Amino acid sequence: MRFAIIRFPGTWSDRDTYHVLHNVLEQQADILWHRETDLSNYDAVVLPGGFSYGDYLRCGAIARFSPVMDAVVDFAEAGKPVIGICNGFQVLCESHLLPGALIRNQSLQFRCQWTYLRREGGSTPWADGIPDGTVLHVPISHGEGNYFADPDTLNELELRGRVVFRYCDAAGEVTPAANPNGSARNIAGIINARGNVLGMMPHPERAGEQLVGGADGNRIWESLLRQATTILAG
Amino acid sequence: MPVDQAALDAVALHRDEYELLVQQLGREPNEVELGMFGSLWSEHCGYKNSKPLLKLFPSSGDQILTKVGAENAGAIDIGGGLCVVMKVESHNHPSAIEPYQGAATGVGGIVRDIFAMGAYPIAILDSLRFGPLDDPQNRYLFEGVVGGIGGYGNCLGVPTIGGEVVFSPAYNGNPLVNAMCVGIAETAKLLSAKAHGEGNVFLLVGSDTGRDGIHGASGLASRTDPEARFEEMRPAVQVGNPFMEKLLMEACYELASEHGDWIVGLQDLGAAGLTSAVVECCAKGGSGAILDLENVPRREQGMTPYEVMLSESQERMLVIAKKEHVAEVTALFQHWELHCEPIGVVTDGDEVVIREHGVEVAHVPVGIATEPPQYRRQGTRPAELMALNAFDPGRLPDVTAGEATGVLLKLLSRPNIASKRGVFRQYDHQVLNNTVVPPGGDAAVLRVPGTNKGIAVSTDCSGRLCYLDPYAGGAIAVAEAARNVVCTGATPVAVTDCLNFGNPEKLDVYYTLEHAVRGIAEACLQFDTPVVSGNVSLYNETAGRPIYPTPVIGLLGIIEDVSKSLRAGFDGAGCQVYLLGAGLEQPAATLGGSEYLEALHGVVAGIPTVDLAAEKRLQQLVLRAHAEGLLVNAHDCSDGGLAVTLAESALLGEQGFEGDAGLAGRLDAALFGEAQGRIVVSIPDDSFRQGGGAARLHDLGNELGVPVTRLGRTVPGDTFSFGPLRTSVTALRDAYEILL
Repeated sequence: MRFAIIRFPGTWSDRDTYHVLHNVLEQQADILWHRETDLSNYDAVVLPGGFSYGDYLRCGAIARFSPVMDAVVDFAEAGKPVIGICNGFQVLCESHLLPGALIRNQSLQFRCQWTYLRREGGSTPWADGIPDGTVLHVPISHGEGNYFADPDTLNELELRGRVVFRYCDAAGEVTPAANPNGSARNIAGIINARGNVLGMMPHPERAGEQLVGGADGNRIWESLLRQATTILAG
Repeated sequence: MPVDQAALDAVALHRDEYELLVQQLGREPNEVELGMFGSLWSEHCGYKNSKPLLKLFPSSGDQILTKVGAENAGAIDIGGGLCVVMKVESHNHPSAIEPYQGAATGVGGIVRDIFAMGAYPIAILDSLRFGPLDDPQNRYLFEGVVGGIGGYGNCLGVPTIGGEVVFSPAYNGNPLVNAMCVGIAETAKLLSAKAHGEGNVFLLVGSDTGRDGIHGASGLASRTDPEARFEEMRPAVQVGNPFMEKLLMEACYELASEHGDWIVGLQDLGAAGLTSAVVECCAKGGSGAILDLENVPRREQGMTPYEVMLSESQERMLVIAKKEHVAEVTALFQHWELHCEPIGVVTDGDEVVIREHGVEVAHVPVGIATEPPQYRRQGTRPAELMALNAFDPGRLPDVTAGEATGVLLKLLSRPNIASKRGVFRQYDHQVLNNTVVPPGGDAAVLRVPGTNKGIAVSTDCSGRLCYLDPYAGGAIAVAEAARNVVCTGATPVAVTDCLNFGNPEKLDVYYTLEHAVRGIAEACLQFDTPVVSGNVSLYNETAGRPIYPTPVIGLLGIIEDVSKSLRAGFDGAGCQVYLLGAGLEQPAATLGGSEYLEALHGVVAGIPTVDLAAEKRLQQLVLRAHAEGLLVNAHDCSDGGLAVTLAESALLGEQGFEGDAGLAGRLDAALFGEAQGRIVVSIPDDSFRQGGGAARLHDLGNELGVPVTRLGRTVPGDTFSFGPLRTSVTALRDAYEILL
């Protein structure tokens, strides 16, 4: 597959994502500056983590106006796979490709630590290869990753199976202690109604090799790759 | 016209220094020139008290690519066409006045030093010292500094992978904030901070120039000010913009790695801003300059030439572009959405001429500006050392078997020993995907991007030991940093240092500076770890009392196969645990200067000792045993002594431990004494290797002359026992995992 990794001014997970996609999973990937307007050569788009425009305003609030975002919205509306990780998730919420918002961590501090994520229901090419109930070990690194939405939106997300990952403990139990940032209902990742757009605060690209602590994050990329292979073969 | 005292005080020049300046210039300097000379002749920029001492450091070696002090940072060849670039620098005085911004801009400054070399920064470490946290002012400083480091480094996308946090009343009101940065560069693409070639162009890139930070170098960093003045000095602290730094870092790296032939030099604007950046580049390149200040982009109207030349606005770089490539360099920075303005040209002269709208406002001979007077003093041994060193811990009652477990738990929860997880989880320590051994162990280990090699980095210094014996303390700082690096399986290769001391004009403070430098120099010679870069922070005093002498050592080690890095925690049951180096029975004197003595008896006294040859043999033993695949884990024995080391290995590895060694002599010294030169390792059960790993470890120990003492074995479950110590790993962890 050919991945477009979008680099906004202040993005820093671009190289890490490139490393995992290109060097570990041997896929084609390009890092694209935010002034790019053509994504027609790509099969999937990644909005990586970082501090776009310094996040001095609301996180992602300026990046959503970057020239590339019109193309990203078109790409998503065409049903093609888009993932927003960390700051990318914030950009997706600001762009209204996903509902809700990411507010300041309940601790009021930045948190960089490993978390456990439980795969919940909901069909998306980003996670269809991961059986429900699977526990993944993936780190977070953010100051504003506390997922917030009004109760109706949360109920709608739950009802439609759009909560894809929840923070849990090592045994897969969803508990308050396992929630690293105060997210509503321990939500770590959600999809759009169609399932092609995934936003998540944890960093799968930081869990791509045993050497740096684990490779569970690859399950997400591999899910998409398997789907693509199936489509091609079918 | 004689200059008034207030003008001299503003730039921290002594009257006799001013007279020397007038004599060398052959005239009185004008106001702008006085500001420029004051900054360049400050301790912070000119090293006038420390330069003669720094010459004592060994600074060259086969792998060392830079001449110490000549560049923004030191570079070490690690083979394969790559090099490591590193430096540590202080931001103590600004952090005392405005902790968040002081620490943040300290990180920003050291990161710029690294990418000014053409390297990509891959790690930040922070060595921090504060007064005890039960004082609200100290807590405010601590939280502000940690917040500022995280706020800046996290935004930048450079991982903060290590450092230290130490508490002592000696740092009340005068915290130490030393930031170290490590970068990687292709050796062939290293840049230099120099200006040469008549007609080449000075381009100022990054932030606009404002009124912030004026007199940072001369005022804040180069004299002692009463705390009462902190409020009015706050404007001298700069405000950081990590987003701007991120763009600058990416643009400069792209310039260095892809278009290094477009430029002759790259320099960051740090202390004394444009003044020192231009003058130092000219000094290094043997050239002069003409600057036209009206072209300097400004944050506000009405700034005087004095303010423009001395502003320490952050996130600015000076590019010396070849005249035929100015347009391309400008386009590169504009792509990154950065200002890039031509502000002057290189000349064949030896003077820096400053003009505004065609009118000359300053005329500075480079030679005079970069050769401040140097002071060599005859230090006097601090009077209090006689009594402190005469203290005999053997006269204190020994700890009883019944008390020992309680003492261990107490030591584990002391802020100096307890887990720093509450701090480092606020720092992004993973970004760039190279972090193999995260913070919390002996040294952090990073993969060198694109290779199987690793680097291990540690910062260390015991101010308490340096206070009691600056020579031994300086040597111990290097020895401990080297042990920490060796405990990951890395070979020590180079040192960067940050010398934090009081006012060097006081002869007893000067004595501690000189002797600490001598101790460091001797240790670096022994371990073959040249000092490649560093920084000096003097005038660290509160209410007339100097801080502990605190020469922080940042030490780099290399691992050929990063996947074989060792960790501090035990790993698996059934391993045999050994103490390498000085044995179990220790004299009471090893309690001198220990955490135990301060925690239990409220005493900081005694006399530390170090045997550098024995340290070197110990390092060799660990590295050879690891090369043979003998070791499962390794952990340095330092603060809190052997008992704390074993407890940390157990709780970090979540692994039980049962001691079976008999203890002899004084119990307090055996358990909590801080004899140097010791590392605790574990090896697999004897079934692992024919003839037994233990036998081989003993053989190696005999060959190298390092005592090897069996301590016990790791066990399944929660048990922890050693001599009279009886507790559980859970209890150890509960004591250790306090959040600061």
